[in-house]
Amino acid sequence: MSDVKKFLYVNRKAPYGTIYALESLEVVLIGAAFEQDVALAFLDDGVYQLTKDQNTDGIEMKNFSPTYSALGDYDIRKIYVEKESLEERGLTIDDLQHLTYEDEDDDWAEKDSIQVVTAKELAEIMDQSDVILSF
Amino acid sequence: MAMLHTVNKSPFERNTLDSCMRHALPGSAILLIEDGVVAATKGTAVEGKVKEKMGDVSFFVLGPDLAARGLGEDKLIDGISVVDYNGFVELTTKYDNVQSWL
Amino acid sequence: MATINVNGQEIEVDEEGYLVDLSQWTPEIGEAMAKMDDCELTDAHWEVINFLREYYDEYQIAPAVRVLTKAIGKKLGKDKGNSKYLYELFPYGPAKQACKYAGLPKPTGCV
Repeated sequence: MSDVKKFLYVNRKAPYGTIYALESLEVVLIGAAFEQDVALAFLDDGVYQLTKDQNTDGIEMKNFSPTYSALGDYDIRKIYVEKESLEERGLTIDDLQHLTYEDEDDDWAEKDSIQVVTAKELAEIMDQSDVILSF
Repeated sequence: MAMLHTVNKSPFERNTLDSCMRHALPGSAILLIEDGVVAATKGTAVEGKVKEKMGDVSFFVLGPDLAARGLGEDKLIDGISVVDYNGFVELTTKYDNVQSWL
Repeated sequence: MATINVNGQEIEVDEEGYLVDLSQWTPEIGEAMAKMDDCELTDAHWEVINFLREYYDEYQIAPAVRVLTKAIGKKLGKDKGNSKYLYELFPYGPAKQACKYAGLPKPTGCV
């Protein structure tokens, strides 16, 4: 289909301190209904959105981190996390949630959604996107 | 594709400009707006980084935001072009895509 | 704020009839909401309602109808994972109506 555009959601803020992370997630879920080619990028403090074991009991806010696991159901298969941003924050991919999708073209095999990419690779991914939504 | 990047935060408050420059490919442009305009002035701690990036990326700054902050055009780093709102619109049409760095 | 009366207890709902406090939910509240829509809940309805509650518990969202259909098909079989089956059970829209009886918020993106 020629009318499918490449959407890239760019997430650069930590969750809970501002509304950006939650807003982005909601727009992603709503936007998924339009069946476009959607990818998510997490860089700078945005990488904190994907940490595992988030517990918001003490701050009286809803913990929306479990919702990232539902992205596979919404056919979102490309989640890019920037290597340099992880390293600058003393994090590795093991500190992040394990996110997967089921590949219907491969007998519903479960595959990893997260790809760690360098800033250079991410710059190319941004360049090749048709629509960039920044949060 | 050539991208127009906009940056609206001061480099002294956030890493927005740093992150933008890290991801701006050669041939793209960076337009400084709102608090982002302070990065266009001479003698700041980020002047060196901006000048280095000017080698392969064009820099623009939004005039009304400079004026509002009392920053005269005489304070600008040489080679950064001032645009007004019409110029902003022209830039968005000239480049293939726009990315807002917040 | 609107309320509905369930077994003598006033339960707060929003202007569209969705439960305000998710933790208040009981199956009786689901039954009462359905009755107001002239809908009698059968085991088939409950299968979907319980599925939605489990989905919400795991992912903290009510799934979009497309996602619900696919997931129901996977869990309960192809004969149930299609919009015909789900719309027959919940004619006002499976995600919208079933979420209400399940005590969940309206699915994200539903208008």
